[in-house]
Amino acid sequence: MAATKKTKLLLMFPKELTGEPATWVLVKEYDLKINILKASINYNIEGRLLLEVEGEPRKINEGIAYLKRSGIKVEKNGTSTLIDTDRCIGCGMCVAACETGALTLEPYGKVQFSAEKCLECMLCVKACSQRIITNAFDRF
Amino acid sequence: MAKTYREINEKIASGKAVVVDAEEIIDIVKDEGLEAAAKRVDVVTTATFGCMCSSGAFLNFGHAAPPIRMSEIMLNKVPCMGGLAAVDTYIGATSESEDRGWEYGGAHVICDLIDGKSVLLEARSPGTDCYPTKEIKTYIRLDDINEAYLYNPRNAYQNYAAATNSSDRRLYTYMGILQPRYGNVTYATSGQLSPLMNDPKMRTIGMGTKIFLAGAQGYVTWYGTQFNSAKPASANGIPIGGGRTIAVAGDMRAMSTDFIRPGVLEKYGVSMFVGIGIPIPVLDVEMLKCLAVEDKDIWTVLEDYSDRSGADATIRKVNYAELKSGSIMVNDRMVRTSPTTSLMKSKEIAQILKEWISSGEFTLTEPVMSFPENHALKSLKIRKVK
Repeated sequence: MAATKKTKLLLMFPKELTGEPATWVLVKEYDLKINILKASINYNIEGRLLLEVEGEPRKINEGIAYLKRSGIKVEKNGTSTLIDTDRCIGCGMCVAACETGALTLEPYGKVQFSAEKCLECMLCVKACSQRIITNAFDRF
Repeated sequence: MAKTYREINEKIASGKAVVVDAEEIIDIVKDEGLEAAAKRVDVVTTATFGCMCSSGAFLNFGHAAPPIRMSEIMLNKVPCMGGLAAVDTYIGATSESEDRGWEYGGAHVICDLIDGKSVLLEARSPGTDCYPTKEIKTYIRLDDINEAYLYNPRNAYQNYAAATNSSDRRLYTYMGILQPRYGNVTYATSGQLSPLMNDPKMRTIGMGTKIFLAGAQGYVTWYGTQFNSAKPASANGIPIGGGRTIAVAGDMRAMSTDFIRPGVLEKYGVSMFVGIGIPIPVLDVEMLKCLAVEDKDIWTVLEDYSDRSGADATIRKVNYAELKSGSIMVNDRMVRTSPTTSLMKSKEIAQILKEWISSGEFTLTEPVMSFPENHALKSLKIRKVK
């Protein structure tokens, strides 16, 4: 068996696809191990799903291709942490809040974010002094 | 070889002054030596961009017809000082709005005004014979009021204690979020780039010193509140922990929110990030020695913010090279560190000030009064009240 890898996918379901059993298909057809990190599906309105997906890299890519074919928007390295970096002043308040090292400061620079390291705890949303970090799932 | 303010200003005026920032000077001194560098370099620029709660602005609204003597004043629902003359007020950066709490406060109003936005003014008065109006409601903008100047009673702290938390509870502080069980360390000041670290005894910074303030040319107007020039210091003269401070003022109309920003500190309140840059003249070798100071030689204390009893909560001494490295040892364990002062903005300001001086638009001022020595900090005594 080929080596597996882990990645985070943010799925955005348009209204007509909120009934699509995408998670089931990813498990069944593509043999992916799925951990649902966040879900907000409003049937017939809109949906968002943040998944941690583990499997063979080839299968992950095929799974992503299936999602896109179905009309679901997919963000690789997905996260619910949205940062408006243009407005970042590099104060460092979010870095103090982040216990996993997902948020760091560039030398003499702004905040840097690693979706891979993020556990989606959202404490940075509260910590940001400029209120430029938002939770993608808060809009529902 | 000593230089005077006048000689340096003449060089600035003729576009020949050599100006570098407080980090660039470190390598120059290493390469050229103190004597040669003191001869060649004329001005060193310093800067900081941190949360400064003791900030605010004086505003004069102009008189309405018929006039009102405002005693209760709100700007965008943020309460302002009503204890001055009829249409004067002071709005403090940390004052919180009645409708949005700490999500919108005095610092936001100040920055909205600087950005040219309309701000709702609501004022009430008991009414007097000379000021008959009892209530007004209107929108104001920076352009249509009289004076509007930032006046910050305490900014640019010379040094500041770093923070950590030994308790089992997450703490929300003005030093940012402090994770339980020594989960992290936060620190303020820009270290080797910070104004008062580079002139530890305030030989060149005093009453009337012209500075970069929030994108404008401002001035040092007094020594800051909680000014402490009696604090124990390292051999280089820099106090270990909170030391000297300055009061500053400047015209809001010349400011830019690129260099002054409201800051929301969760479960603490509103504060304001204020960009300050101060030029320091290389008067002689002694001055240059101060200016060449490096992070590794600037020491502060690490304090446990879960102990607010007033007892000494110092855990260890730490220098800024360690703090800026990203982790330090706390009780035999490596703990991650992060700043509360923007190094990005501090550096940007030091570089802008350098350009201003190099291009001849900004000259240096000699202080008209030096600030007190051996001025110690008092604490509040709690006496029995009848």
